[in-house]
Amino acid sequence: MSVYEKNNIDSSQVKSHALAILVENQVGALARVVSMFSARGYNIDSLTVAKVTEDENISRITIITSGTRMKIEQIKSQLGRIVLVHKVVDLTSEGDFVSRELIFVKVKSKGEKRVEALRTADIFRAKVVDSTKQSFIFELTGSSDKLNAFIVLMKDLGLVEVARTGSVAISRGSLKIN
Amino acid sequence: MLYTGAEIVIKVLRKLDVEYIFGYPGGAILPIYDEIFKQNKIRHILVRHEQGAVHMAEGYARSTGKVGVVLVTSGPGATNAVTGLTDALMDSIPILCLTGQVPTHLIGTDAFQEADTVGITRSCTKHNYLVKDINLIQESILEGYQIASSGRPGPVVIDLPKDIQNSKTKYKENIKLRSKFKIKEKKTYAKNYNIQINKAIDLIKISKKPIVYIGGGLINSGNKASTELQKFSKLTNFPITSTLMGLGAFPASNIIFLGMLGMHGTYEANMSMHDCDLMINLGARFDDRITGRLDGFSPNSKKIHIDIDPSSINKNVEVDLPIIGDVSKILKLINKELTNGKFKKLSFTSDWWKKITKWKKKNCLSFINSKKIIKPQQALVTLNKKITDKDFFITTEVGQHQMWAAQYIKFEKPKRWMTSGGLGTMGYGFPAAIGVQIAHRKSLVICVAGEASFLMNLQELSTVKQYRLPVKIFILNNKYLGMVRQWQEFFHGGRYSESYTDSLPDFVKLAESYGIKGVRATKPEDLDIVINDMINYDGPVIADICVDEKENVFPMIPSGAAHNEMKLKDSDNIATSTKEGKMLV
Ligand SMILES: Cc1ncc(C[n+]2csc(CCOP(=O)(O)OP(=O)(O)O)c2C)c(N)n1
Ligand SMILES: [Mg+2]
Repeated sequence: MSVYEKNNIDSSQVKSHALAILVENQVGALARVVSMFSARGYNIDSLTVAKVTEDENISRITIITSGTRMKIEQIKSQLGRIVLVHKVVDLTSEGDFVSRELIFVKVKSKGEKRVEALRTADIFRAKVVDSTKQSFIFELTGSSDKLNAFIVLMKDLGLVEVARTGSVAISRGSLKIN
Repeated sequence: MLYTGAEIVIKVLRKLDVEYIFGYPGGAILPIYDEIFKQNKIRHILVRHEQGAVHMAEGYARSTGKVGVVLVTSGPGATNAVTGLTDALMDSIPILCLTGQVPTHLIGTDAFQEADTVGITRSCTKHNYLVKDINLIQESILEGYQIASSGRPGPVVIDLPKDIQNSKTKYKENIKLRSKFKIKEKKTYAKNYNIQINKAIDLIKISKKPIVYIGGGLINSGNKASTELQKFSKLTNFPITSTLMGLGAFPASNIIFLGMLGMHGTYEANMSMHDCDLMINLGARFDDRITGRLDGFSPNSKKIHIDIDPSSINKNVEVDLPIIGDVSKILKLINKELTNGKFKKLSFTSDWWKKITKWKKKNCLSFINSKKIIKPQQALVTLNKKITDKDFFITTEVGQHQMWAAQYIKFEKPKRWMTSGGLGTMGYGFPAAIGVQIAHRKSLVICVAGEASFLMNLQELSTVKQYRLPVKIFILNNKYLGMVRQWQEFFHGGRYSESYTDSLPDFVKLAESYGIKGVRATKPEDLDIVINDMINYDGPVIADICVDEKENVFPMIPSGAAHNEMKLKDSDNIATSTKEGKMLV
């Protein structure tokens, strides 16, 4: 049976999906992937890209997108048409996966708020990577939800700036995707 | 021995058996033109505009099944080619387009005639390359050629900086392409289709009201696909309808052929699509011209979709059984099963065929002829009669004349009909006809044109003259952007905003100014003589057929309507198209 076949799952439900895309590490590969999304009106909620194998010249792109099942299938096959794309895996529908992102949060505050910021960071297991008399920079890794929660708390404690990587994701278990 | 990049380009093209290049020179591509000068195996056709070059290559490719090759300079040369490339992408035509580029050290400096060609063409090519390393030039061209012609075909651009054309490297006699490209084209197909074929057979067996809906993919799949389809039709007796792109893949004269479907398709084809219980889509893509309003599209049918491109599956219409692969191979497997299983074919006395026969009796393509004024439909009916026994090819421009040509000219063989289906490019037809004629010197090649579309690429008259190409340009001259006028009449209260073509040239004199024959028909009784004149003349002809200015194309499914909401004639009150429909094109 083909994955494209209709089944009885409600197809109108919009869900977030993590896609792992292996592309040839060449100029134009990322541009083609990104412009396909914009040309066809699909959203990119987050995107990360880096070279992952020294020998084979492969870069791995992780894209978090959302859509109905039919739309996600369409995104996958449109990605598959791009010559420089070697492999597309929808981690969300293939089974269990882990996903993490990293943020830096710069906070500027005094007195009680400064102490509170440090305490909150401690609860979240954030690391202090820079500190001045008025400010901290926290580094925190985790699921997107956890990071969002941390940012919300920091808003009242002197949040100045956030730098965020976007999600990277990998399937659980011993199997390799390519 | 070392060769320059330009020498390697020509060597590779020769190795690929390229016979013709359609091109136009300029500063950044001069080294390659120098190599063209030094050889005489590959013929270069000098066009008069780069858009024309791509359309010619498209006509060449579509009528032969080979790759069309284009050569243009950097900057304006490349940007002029963009419409043609987009057209080829939309209609899945294999094109290899080599563009000159400023030398690598000047890229990014806004140098003279620099354009970001790979950036601009990224979204209108199947793939593109900027060759920055002389050692990759040979691979890039070979790979590009393979990508253009394999799987679902499409245009590929190879951008060649001038310093790369001039620097030297070895020519590799035995070159191994990075095999992943081959793998990529294949790996999307199933290893064996048993399960899917069996499911298809089950659906075919229980169906009482089947229809086969064919598209351009069947033509791209080669003549074998048409042969298999004929076998299939003999085995099943299922009615067949075709998209604009698929015309000719099944003989129009066969009684089970219902004609074209879609916005201007026949009544019987659209009604059958609406009422069927099984739809078998062969190499078509459920385009919006075909489906009409999606929630009203064939509401009660099971749908089988056979296509080589996985992204065509479930894009617009969700289907019950997709089969991804080459349609000729899959049809062959289905035919084998049907033969072995002793399938009992659909009888002409079945309720379904009786119903279809009743729809056919509406005679939806009939029109009221006139003794005073030439009806465009009559012009095409007459043309069709006079060419049926000939070895002919038809190209069209875009507009009403295109739809009438699709309705009234009958095609018996594939690759005889070239029209801009996906992009709807005015200016496509005439250069495409030149490309067809170059590949088929002895055949009768006719471009059915509208006067306005023809004006978009008429500079190629000069090309026709230079290469003594006997292309016939059959202009249905209604002095209007007729298709635009029709929509304004139906949906914009008859306000003909900017759709009248004022100050048209005298087409006969225009022809003569190029040293080409020009003829004109103004009255119905002229038609016979003028068409005979055109067909029998050994050389290019412009035939200016002055037709009824206000004729409309019927049947019509207005945008936003369903197949069973078709209008057959002016009095069918088409203006009641929905508000949502008006937002559509
Ligand atoms: C390049 C381009 N510009 C605009 C259009 C929109 N358009 C579609 S049909 C048409 C009118 C074509 O007029 P003509 O060639 O005289 O054909 P007719 O409809 O009169 O037969 C226009 C302007 C188009 N298809 N292509
Ligand atoms: Mg016109």
